[in-house]
Amino acid sequence: MAYECNGKTIEADEEGFLVNISDWNEQLAELIAKDEGVPMSPEHWEVINFLRDYYAEYQIAPAVRVLTKAIAKKMGPEKGSNKYLYELFPYGPGKQACKIAGLPKPTGCV
Amino acid sequence: MEDDFDGGTVKKFMFVNRKAPYGTIYALEVLEMVLISAAFDQDVHLAFLDDGVLQIKKGQDTKDLGHKNFSPTYRALEGYDIEKLFVEQESLEERGLTAADLMVDVEVISRADMAKLMGEMDVILTA
Amino acid sequence: MSILHTVNKSPFERANLSSCLGHANAGDAIMLYEDAVIAAMNGTAFAARIADAAKGCKICVLGADLKARGLDPANVVAGVSVIDYAGFVDLAADNASVNAWL
Repeated sequence: MAYECNGKTIEADEEGFLVNISDWNEQLAELIAKDEGVPMSPEHWEVINFLRDYYAEYQIAPAVRVLTKAIAKKMGPEKGSNKYLYELFPYGPGKQACKIAGLPKPTGCV
Repeated sequence: MEDDFDGGTVKKFMFVNRKAPYGTIYALEVLEMVLISAAFDQDVHLAFLDDGVLQIKKGQDTKDLGHKNFSPTYRALEGYDIEKLFVEQESLEERGLTAADLMVDVEVISRADMAKLMGEMDVILTA
Repeated sequence: MSILHTVNKSPFERANLSSCLGHANAGDAIMLYEDAVIAAMNGTAFAARIADAAKGCKICVLGADLKARGLDPANVVAGVSVIDYAGFVDLAADNASVNAWL
């Protein structure tokens, strides 16, 4: 599949993950989120930005368990919980948030 | 062996890395397997010997290769609770390296101790 | 716990056998098959190391792979056993784990 963003065609795989992560920008994130039915709020962006920082540092999209733990460490246990993250991204903070963040599907995620 | 599929049994796993990164796909494939194995709450050990020690050499830069530099991912292992990393002293020495050349915290052990450690494992996967 | 080590590459092409011999504990078994079978033969540059390893480890070589390569099973290093596929399976069953030196 593909996304149409600013008159440009952005390539994605059959599940909607970007083929080239360098294609990502905030506008495209809003577009993917809309496709996913996720209304982007500052709280959503906080997680998306965290994921992108994590990827920049470690070159992988973290497993949900690892993401939850890392967020708890940085932003406190309230936000570092499955409940909070699944409320923001009902289809999974791993899969759905990574897709919006322009990252590959987390390793080991089916 | 009867308890192979018993979800409650924690086994000692060792992934043995013997190959340099980038020349073949082995190093990256093992790393992915290790990350996936973390989900199964097993007692995971990682060993680096022979050219495998090059996988965690500091300062890797693959820009000119057009390859992804996956070495930063070894630093993510801690977050996956994979903290038993062993590097073989002789393999480092043969390649003119020391522990100071490595990008992650590891335990440097002798070849003899590495052999002993392998003997304590339930499952060994070498690549 | 004993380990069955398997090696399938020629020691003249790769360091797998060398590394395996350096990590095998007394009581372990080492199985040479496919291109590794040349290491079991008398007169090679590896014969002395194999003979030495055979003092502490059980060293086996797959007869079918020797035969396919025209290598005489009667001429393997003293202490090395020539076995068939069923023997290979027995080795795997007799040891606590398998380390395939790929």
